[in-house]
Amino acid sequence: MRDPHVILRVISKFLIPFIALFAFYVQFHGDFGPGGGFQAGVILAASVILYALIFGLDAAKKAFPPSWVRIGMTLGVLLYGGTGVVTWILGGDFLSYGVLAEKSYHGQHYGIIAVELGVLFAVTSVMIAIFYAFGSRQPDHNEEDW
Amino acid sequence: MEILSLFPAWLLEQGPAFVIVLPLLMGAITAILPSRTLAWWTALVVTLLCTVTAFALLLQVYSEGASLYTMGGWDPPHGISLVIDALSAPVLFLIAAMAVVTVIYAMPATIAEVEPKKRAPFYAAFLLCFAGLMGMVVTGDAFNVFVFLEVSSISTYALVAMGAARDRRALTAAYNYLIMGSIGATFFVIGLGFMFMETGTLNMADMSRILADLDGGSRVAKVGFGFIIIGLGLKLAMFPLHTWLPGAYAYAPTKVTVFLASTATKAALYLLLRFTFTVFDPSFDYVAVVLKYILIGVGVVGMVFASLQAIFQTDARRTLAYSSVAQVGYMLLGVGLATAAGIAAGYLHLLNHAIIKGGLFLAMGAFWYRFGITRIQDFSGLSKTMPWTMGAFMLSGLSLIGVPFTAGFVSKVNLTIAAADKGWWWAVGVIVVTSVLAIIYIGRILLAAYFGSPPLIDGQPAKKNEAPLMMLIPMWFLAVLSIAVGSNILGLGDDFVMASERAAALLTGQGG
Amino acid sequence: MFSVIFEQYNYAVVIILMMTGLYVVFASRNLIKKLVGLSIFQTSVFLLYITIGKVAGGQPPIIVDSHGGEHAALEPVLVAAAGGEKAAGYAAGHSEVLYSNPLPHVLILTAIVVGVATLAIGLSLVVRIREVYGTIEEDGIDILDYRYNLEGVED
Repeated sequence: MRDPHVILRVISKFLIPFIALFAFYVQFHGDFGPGGGFQAGVILAASVILYALIFGLDAAKKAFPPSWVRIGMTLGVLLYGGTGVVTWILGGDFLSYGVLAEKSYHGQHYGIIAVELGVLFAVTSVMIAIFYAFGSRQPDHNEEDW
Repeated sequence: MEILSLFPAWLLEQGPAFVIVLPLLMGAITAILPSRTLAWWTALVVTLLCTVTAFALLLQVYSEGASLYTMGGWDPPHGISLVIDALSAPVLFLIAAMAVVTVIYAMPATIAEVEPKKRAPFYAAFLLCFAGLMGMVVTGDAFNVFVFLEVSSISTYALVAMGAARDRRALTAAYNYLIMGSIGATFFVIGLGFMFMETGTLNMADMSRILADLDGGSRVAKVGFGFIIIGLGLKLAMFPLHTWLPGAYAYAPTKVTVFLASTATKAALYLLLRFTFTVFDPSFDYVAVVLKYILIGVGVVGMVFASLQAIFQTDARRTLAYSSVAQVGYMLLGVGLATAAGIAAGYLHLLNHAIIKGGLFLAMGAFWYRFGITRIQDFSGLSKTMPWTMGAFMLSGLSLIGVPFTAGFVSKVNLTIAAADKGWWWAVGVIVVTSVLAIIYIGRILLAAYFGSPPLIDGQPAKKNEAPLMMLIPMWFLAVLSIAVGSNILGLGDDFVMASERAAALLTGQGG
Repeated sequence: MFSVIFEQYNYAVVIILMMTGLYVVFASRNLIKKLVGLSIFQTSVFLLYITIGKVAGGQPPIIVDSHGGEHAALEPVLVAAAGGEKAAGYAAGHSEVLYSNPLPHVLILTAIVVGVATLAIGLSLVVRIREVYGTIEEDGIDILDYRYNLEGVED
């Protein structure tokens, strides 16, 4: 039998890389204009969720394993907090990015990039984790029974 | 202060941020730890470090005065500031110390009460909740309060739900708590929105200054104040808004119940004090009206009704939960008096009640651990089968009633004197009546335990089966502490009274 | 009377959403519907905050490129961030542009995240309740709990 979802599959296969790319644009544009880790994280997670919707949860779990999700959540928080710890070690207040570089405003720049990267990891992983958690529960009605 | 010089200078300087950041980061790490024991050790070390830091900050406040910490070096009002003063430091220390006590107790308790694969996440959620509570107390930024409030609340919902392994009603209790808690937090945020409209700032000190300039502000500030009071009232289980509390306390894992009962509502009450007396001011007419009619009204009604409800419960944990609602009434009565003596008495009761109720719930958890007992009719003869646990329960129970030489007595006497000073003899009457009600509901349990006979198992009376040492030590620590505060052993009673008077002095504007 | 409402229709929308959400939370007996109501209630607060941030005639709060490239325009912010003394002077130089207030948007970004977390926890609780009780209607759960209290058996 022919795949009834062939158009969806082809189109989404074409779209998903661009969604991910757009996520990174939002991420790295975040220190100049609207954007940042929250929005980018959700967009990036949306690309994985779209993949799961079209190709099934098992395929998505192969592409983005649940173990990554757990590590990503922790890594995100640690990147954010770790930036603060580094500023502590360099002798500043918590999250005072100024001490990260010789010129204070370069430090601000580095600091916000590191922190936003942490937010990206955390938000992406958490959104995917929520989706996996609900998606992988066994329904008590079969799809044909509806 | 020679004790103060023992702590590294860095800790004193960065302490306010340290007590939030450490549990937050370690909570994230704990979430991926493979082993439960490792998670437990992490939680223990983190809470111990936070307690030491909080103690150092407390000493620093008393010797050098309040301190201000700027997050990321951004000065207030633009940046987020952390404030350690005579009001926040004792609550901070209380939360950290209670966290250590409950973590020690959790070692045996969680094995019995939480599913195996959820035990490491249990400690992760606990550390997040702990970080949220510490943040709520430390922060000087009004919106930051909301963020930390939700950090602690959301992890608490998960923690309460983990009680489902022993009683499925934990799930519905957690759900109700989630609905009520979210509505409370949202009300709080609406109030903050109105305050932001009125003052254009979110820094508490700045907000307070602008409001004073505006002489209390327009109707927007009044509405904002109302929303903030209702929101915090939900969180601290003010009488008609307390419906989430009995379920959450009764069905959560014991460690969570103890931690919630002795810290979460206390942190919310701290925020109520912070907002009514420092951000707003009792000299504004609308604040005075709320203090005099609303807080005292619901406080007094809550004391009577919740005590009556406590008497008619069949489940001992629910009895204690309703008693908590009643005790919140005492604190609100003290706050509502709005005199230095009244606030000091309310604050003292806040500290004392955390110790007392903590001890009671710890003993309650031990009864379940050994015999699976929660209903009062099953308590029969427990003094013979678990003499040490029942002894700790009795000491804390007497303290809750307010028997002389216990912590409960000190705070109730102070509250009575404060009410009498203001000439409110009816309030004195209510305190006496509710204390009698407390005798009835605690007495019911003690009567069954001491004068009933142990149940027969296979024709033989039940054998003596004492709780493990890791449960006995925390509960005896709290029981002895409440006696020590009440009888002023080692000057502890004076220390507690001094802490509450300093906090009250700060709030009534007589200098910290 | 009506003109007041039409001039401040944004608040009318917020109030209607807020009351709808709150009513749904209290009136419905279905656990999922309650969560839907809670979400509507929280969303109304997001709108309230965004409304506050709008300054009449204000531009989007992105620094207008008036002196050279993007970096030149960013300079005062970065210097101000570092606590430099020149910040005041730079800020004065840019004061001819009227910006909307970005702070409420930032706050509400945080509140949205909190809302998502609450909703996720709430839904997962409902899933567990459905598994354990077999129903998500409060009436059904109450009956089961009542029977459990009387007879001490789960079914």
